[in-house]
Amino acid sequence: MNWWRRLIHRRRLDHELEKELRFHLDQHSSDLITRGHAPGEARRLAALALGGPAQVDESCRDARGTRWLDDFAVDLRHALRTFRRHPGFSAVVLATLALGIGATTVMFAVVNGVLLSPLPYPDPGRLVTLSEQTDWSTQYGNRWSFSYPNYLDNRGNSALTLAAWRTASGTLSEPGDAEYVDGREVSANLMPALGAQLRLGRIFSDAEDAPGGAPVAIISDELWQRHFGRDPAALGQRVVFDGRPRTVVGIVTPGFLLAGRADIFLPLGQNPDPRLRNRGAHGLQVWARLRPGVTLAAAQSELTVIGSRLAAQYPDSNRGRTFVVEPLRPNVGGVRSTLWLLFGAVNLVLLIACANVASLLLARAISRDRELAMRAALGAGRGRLMRQCLTESAMLGVAGGTLGVVLAAVGLRPFVAFWPGVLPRVNQVQLDPQVLVFALAASLVSGTLFGLAPALRSSTRNLEARLRLGPRTLGGSARRLHGGFVVAEIALAVVLLVAAGMLGRTLMRLATVDTGVDTSSVLAARVALSPAAMTTPDRMRAAWRDVLARAGQVPGVQAAAVVDTVPMRSGNNQLGYATGAAIPPPDRQPLALATTVTPGYFTVMGLHLREGRFITDEDRAGSRPVVVIDEVFARQAFGESRAVGKQLWIPQAQREPFEVVGVVNHVRHWGLASDDQARVRAQFYYSFDQLPDMLVRRWSQLMSIVVRTAVPPLSIVEPLRHELRKAATDQVLYEVRTLEGLASGTVADQRFLLVVFGVFSALALVLASIGMYGVLAYLTNQRLPEFGVRMALGATGFDVVGLVLRQSVGMLVLGTALGTAAAFGAARLLQRLVEGVQAMEPSTLAAVTGVLMAAGLLATVVPALRAARVDAINTLRDG
Amino acid sequence: MLEKSELPQGTLDLLILTIAALGPVHGYAIATRLQQVSRDVVQVAQGSLYPALHRLENRGLLTAEWDRTDTGREAKFYSLTRKGRSVLESETASWQRLTRAIGLILKLSEGDAI
Repeated sequence: MNWWRRLIHRRRLDHELEKELRFHLDQHSSDLITRGHAPGEARRLAALALGGPAQVDESCRDARGTRWLDDFAVDLRHALRTFRRHPGFSAVVLATLALGIGATTVMFAVVNGVLLSPLPYPDPGRLVTLSEQTDWSTQYGNRWSFSYPNYLDNRGNSALTLAAWRTASGTLSEPGDAEYVDGREVSANLMPALGAQLRLGRIFSDAEDAPGGAPVAIISDELWQRHFGRDPAALGQRVVFDGRPRTVVGIVTPGFLLAGRADIFLPLGQNPDPRLRNRGAHGLQVWARLRPGVTLAAAQSELTVIGSRLAAQYPDSNRGRTFVVEPLRPNVGGVRSTLWLLFGAVNLVLLIACANVASLLLARAISRDRELAMRAALGAGRGRLMRQCLTESAMLGVAGGTLGVVLAAVGLRPFVAFWPGVLPRVNQVQLDPQVLVFALAASLVSGTLFGLAPALRSSTRNLEARLRLGPRTLGGSARRLHGGFVVAEIALAVVLLVAAGMLGRTLMRLATVDTGVDTSSVLAARVALSPAAMTTPDRMRAAWRDVLARAGQVPGVQAAAVVDTVPMRSGNNQLGYATGAAIPPPDRQPLALATTVTPGYFTVMGLHLREGRFITDEDRAGSRPVVVIDEVFARQAFGESRAVGKQLWIPQAQREPFEVVGVVNHVRHWGLASDDQARVRAQFYYSFDQLPDMLVRRWSQLMSIVVRTAVPPLSIVEPLRHELRKAATDQVLYEVRTLEGLASGTVADQRFLLVVFGVFSALALVLASIGMYGVLAYLTNQRLPEFGVRMALGATGFDVVGLVLRQSVGMLVLGTALGTAAAFGAARLLQRLVEGVQAMEPSTLAAVTGVLMAAGLLATVVPALRAARVDAINTLRDG
Repeated sequence: MLEKSELPQGTLDLLILTIAALGPVHGYAIATRLQQVSRDVVQVAQGSLYPALHRLENRGLLTAEWDRTDTGREAKFYSLTRKGRSVLESETASWQRLTRAIGLILKLSEGDAI
């Protein structure tokens, strides 16, 4: 019988044991009777020979090996009884733990979902990503996305199944209302390579993934819902994407992601885009699946061979260029550091909670000294007593953890919704089994952490002294242990408070920073021209003039302009420039942010002219090309000399030099927090009308409209949308933002962190204060007899208060000192991870210390006053 | 009257296995047989017999069955398992090696000491 069956059948085993022993006694006594003993005497002798029935029973049960479980059940019952007897104590402990573990679980769920969970495709470990690599570097490094011909030539790789895709967003104008949707152009084998299934229909055929292929599309589940009401007859129907009719052949499963959500998928190979025939034109993502049994190294060596062959064959585009393979990982952008930062912070809170509970339990353990000593005297072993204490704290831990998981389940969605902007992979964030295992582990670990000190104490020897003295005296070691917990709590709280203080100061500073534009009452939105207008450069220019004219007619609009990059919105165009006709090679040219504008931009943004003039209607195609630069550019390029009238070469824009006609103020393009540290800050503006013909199409896909309004900017969105539709029903407005929103969005991370750290540090402060109060109240109570003696010997209440205060100030000073040392490290980390945070100022530290001291002294007041009112005679008599 | 000896540590299991090797036997019979065979030299505390029996049963060296005795009473009969038999053989061998060695040492100190 194995032990768990012995456990299940232990009643039957108990019964059999009793029967077996009875048989033994009966048999022995009847033998004794045959040898001439009297029956009564025989029974007595038999029982004597066997030994005490209880001991035999017990040792037989011990032999079964299930003993510890019985003990465990007893301990559990005992713990439950103890907690029920002290409901207040239990409630404080449980609430503390539930908060600590709940917050930690929420953060872990986010970390797990966003950073740790694998890609949402089958067997994600076999997926890899490929990139081109050059033996020289640009400002962006030496990794490049693929060109289409290079992708095609790598498909022969025997180790990999290659697939390619790129983003292709555009206007979906039929069926239903026109909208701008995110799309992807994909190779035919992308979905099979990823292992993605379709919900309905089929994937693209190889013929469709080649020039001249039939115009087809696969749509998302969401688009199917929005435009077809989930009608299965959508297969074979027509959609019009970017002016081109296509037949729907498939619908992907709900939640299918390809670097974020996309609504429409098109065959890549059939796109007539000349860039797809150009080996030097990059922009393609190439993913692959390792064939069965193949290693990454094997795939890499084959790529290297193909790379050197292509380099020899096409030296113009491929010299010094090879291909590299890496495991495919989810792209989460800059969220990683923020998440780990928060996870670290929440663990500090949990540690404080543990220290708090530990000191409470320790206080109780000391008052239970006599009970524990009594148990030891009655024969409980050292291990047994420790086990009992640990069972109690593990039970508290698990109960607190269960409450914590409930809190986490309630709080997870609101927390994620509170996240600034879009949390990548947010749909992976959930309370899945991994998170629950984490919560359980956190509960048990914290249970052990806070249970260890009382448990170790429980096993101390010197029984006799403890029985005699009882709980009334407290050795120096216990006092130091208690103080240690409080000091740790204070130190941890200092770290969190300093972090919150630094973030608060950062936001206060950023709130007063001038963005360089007048952000009030400005609306910025992208415009997708009607695909019908995207023909010749003149036609497109005319369409943009029409957009401006229509925007000007909307009531409430004061000024309007079109522009390619909007300040503080993502997206920028960095171009190299030269101040002389001898133009250095591209990697030596200084960079500046180029902005293509129409003349109204100056008024819409509220720029300030420092010198010369802004771009006007006179700066047309054919007239002398001009630029307006900002102060940073002027200083960087021309120093103290006058910038207006100087010439500027910008090779990527055109061959002829530009003439500088004006200087305006600097605009914080990179946002409130980041602009100071940005690498490229110099700015220049040039006229959209002077844009070379060859760039007009590309620019027309990017342009936005900005308008200054006399009314609340969001109120003109619908009229503007309506007005633009009048030109063409498939001319749509999207990504509508106010400039104020964009500006505040650039510090959303800092604001979010401040709120979270604020909550954490408030929690830490409250917990530390409670812990300090608890410990001081307890220590003071223990010292009452001592105080009684002191007062009997002539000490005043004042002296006694001083004694208590000295104790608390000592802990506060030590805790703050340790915390400050740790805070310097944390501050450096914060500075590195969060943009705009400056080094810790002494005033922040002073404020934090002040707050902590105040809270700590407040926690001391009650115990101190209690000590001062001690009645010498009574305490002496009781002691 | 003979002087009674304490059983050396760990030998009780070996003795129980030896007796059980002769056929199914209940606890009381083991106790009496131990006493008879050792001519009352070996004193087995009956209280430690049953825990030992249960331990051996849990280790799978003994197996137990309820059966009737000659007098018709129900009793728990222990018999040796295959595993028990092999353990018994190896333990017996090592015990004999040990006693022989100890005997030699004792003889050496008695007679051949210089």
